[in-house]
Amino acid sequence: MEKNVDINVTVNGQSVSRRVSARTNLVDFIRYELELTGSHVGCEHGVCGACTIRVDGNIVRGCLMLAAQVDGANVETIEGVSDGGEISDLQDEFLKRNALQCGFCTPGFLLTAQELLSENPNPSRDQIREFISGNYCRCTGYQAIVDAIETISIQRKPK
Amino acid sequence: MKPAPFSYMRVKSLEEAFDLLEEYGDDARILSGGQSLMPTLNMRLSAPKVLIDINQIDGLSDIEVNNGKVTLGALVRHNQLISSDIVTKHLPLISKAVPHIAHHAIRNRGTIGGSIAFADPAAELPAVAKASGFIFTVKNRNEERKIEAEDFFLGLFETNLKETEILIAIEAPTLQQNEKTAFVELSRRQGDYAIIGLAAQSIVENSVFKNVRLAYFGAGDKPIMAKQAINLLEGKSYSEEVVLEAQKALEADLSPMDDLNGPPEMKMHLARVITARALADLIS
Ligand SMILES: Cc1cc2nc3c(=O)[nH]c(=O)nc-3n(C[C@H](O)[C@H](O)[C@H](O)COP(=O)(O)OP(=O)(O)OC[C@H]3O[C@@H](n4cnc5c(N)ncnc54)[C@H](O)[C@@H]3O)c2cc1C
Ligand code: FES
Ligand code: FES
Repeated sequence: MEKNVDINVTVNGQSVSRRVSARTNLVDFIRYELELTGSHVGCEHGVCGACTIRVDGNIVRGCLMLAAQVDGANVETIEGVSDGGEISDLQDEFLKRNALQCGFCTPGFLLTAQELLSENPNPSRDQIREFISGNYCRCTGYQAIVDAIETISIQRKPK
Repeated sequence: MKPAPFSYMRVKSLEEAFDLLEEYGDDARILSGGQSLMPTLNMRLSAPKVLIDINQIDGLSDIEVNNGKVTLGALVRHNQLISSDIVTKHLPLISKAVPHIAHHAIRNRGTIGGSIAFADPAAELPAVAKASGFIFTVKNRNEERKIEAEDFFLGLFETNLKETEILIAIEAPTLQQNEKTAFVELSRRQGDYAIIGLAAQSIVENSVFKNVRLAYFGAGDKPIMAKQAINLLEGKSYSEEVVLEAQKALEADLSPMDDLNGPPEMKMHLARVITARALADLIS
C-alpha cells in the first residue's frame, strides 16, 4: 500500500518526474511542487473553476484530480498556454474590455473560453454563457467576459 | 479543505480491482471520474483508506449498438455521451439529460457509471435509467449480476451494489416505433443539481399513451417512478383533463424533501408544472 506515488508527466512541454503524496491534488502539485502559481485554488470542491487545467488536451478541475492520476499525461497550465501564444488574442481582449479586475478567475476563464472556441468556433452569447457557467467571477459581473469571448470568436473566423 | 490521507492504487484489470475490493472492503473506494468522490474527500465527508483508480482498465469506455440495445461502458464520460452519434440516434433521453449535468470541465471527467453508482437523488442519469429501463451489469470476483434500474436505487446515495462489486456496463434499449421521450429540469443555474426534474418516455399513437414511464428526480430520496400517474395515463388520450388528473395523482407518488431549494409544497407545485410540460412535449 503506497501513500506515495511516483509520476512522470509532461507539463507545458517539459517532462517532470516526482514522488507525490497520494492525496495531493493536481492543482496543489502544480502550484506547490512545480511552483506554477497561475492556476488558482478557490473552493476545492469543483464549483468555482479557478483551478482549471488542461490534461491531454481537455480542461479539467485541478482540484478534483489527483496528481497521481496524471502519470503519463500531457498537462498544460495557463503559463504554458499563455507562453505558446495560443490565447494572446483572448488575453488582449480581456484586458481591453476590463473582463478582469482582481484576476483570480481569469486563468480559468481563458482556458475555458479557448476550449469553447476550439469546439464551437461560432458560439451564440447563450452558448458562451452556458459554457462558462462552471466558472465563478466575483468582480466583473460576466458581461465583459462574454463580450470578450464573443469578439474573439468573430475575429478568429477565417476571412 | 484537503482530504485525509489514503493510499492510491491504479489497476489495469478488473481482476486486480476485485482483489483489492475483497481485501479492503468498506475501507476502499472505486475512483472513476472523481467528480463526486473527490469533493466528498476534500470536504472530509468520507475518508476511505484506499482509492482504486479504474480509469486505466481497457474496455470500459465503449459505446456499442447491437440487437436493439446500446451498451455503454461504465467509464464512458458525460461529454462522450454528448458527442456519440449512437447515443444521439438511439438514446435521445440521455442526449437531452446530459447537458444539464454540471459544467463542461466536469463532464470531461465524470462518468455514467459513477453517476449511477453514486445515486444522487437529484441527478439526471439515474432517473433517465429508470424511465428508459436500463439494465446494469455488475460484477465481483465470483459472479456477474444484471440489475434492472427499477431495482437498483434503494435510497439516499444507496444502491443494490455490494461492497465487492463494480458496475461495469449499462444496457439501454433503443426506442420502439412511435416511442417518444421528454426531459424537463428546473434548476437555479445552468449545471446545478435539479430542484426537481422529470425524465419521461412513452409510446404515443394518435395521442394515446402506451407504456408510459415517468421518472422524477429531486423529488424524494431516490429517483421515483410515479406509479399512480402512470396508471392513470396508460391507454388514455392526451387532453387537458387527463393532464389535470395525472397532476393530482402525483400527490400519492411523490414526497419531496424540504431542502435548500424550498419546501415540499413548492416542489409538488413544480412537479405538476413539469409534468404538464413533459406530457405536452411527448405528444408534440
Ligand atoms: C460542481 C459540480 C456540479 C455537479 N452537478 C451535477 C449535476 O447537476 N448532475 C449530476 O448528475 N451530477 C453532477 N455532478 C457530479 C458528476 O456528474 C459526477 O461525474 C458523477 O456524479 C459521478 O461520476 P464520477 O465518474 O465522477 O464518479 P466518482 O466521483 O469517481 O465516484 C462516485 C461514487 O461512485 C463510486 N463508483 C464510481 N464508479 C463506480 C463503478 N463503476 N462501480 C462501482 N462504484 C463506482 C465511487 O466509489 C464513489 O463512491 C456535479 C459535480 C460537481 C463537482
Ligand atoms: S478550486 Fe477547483 S473548482 Fe474551485
Ligand atoms: S476578476 Fe476577480 S474574480 Fe473574476
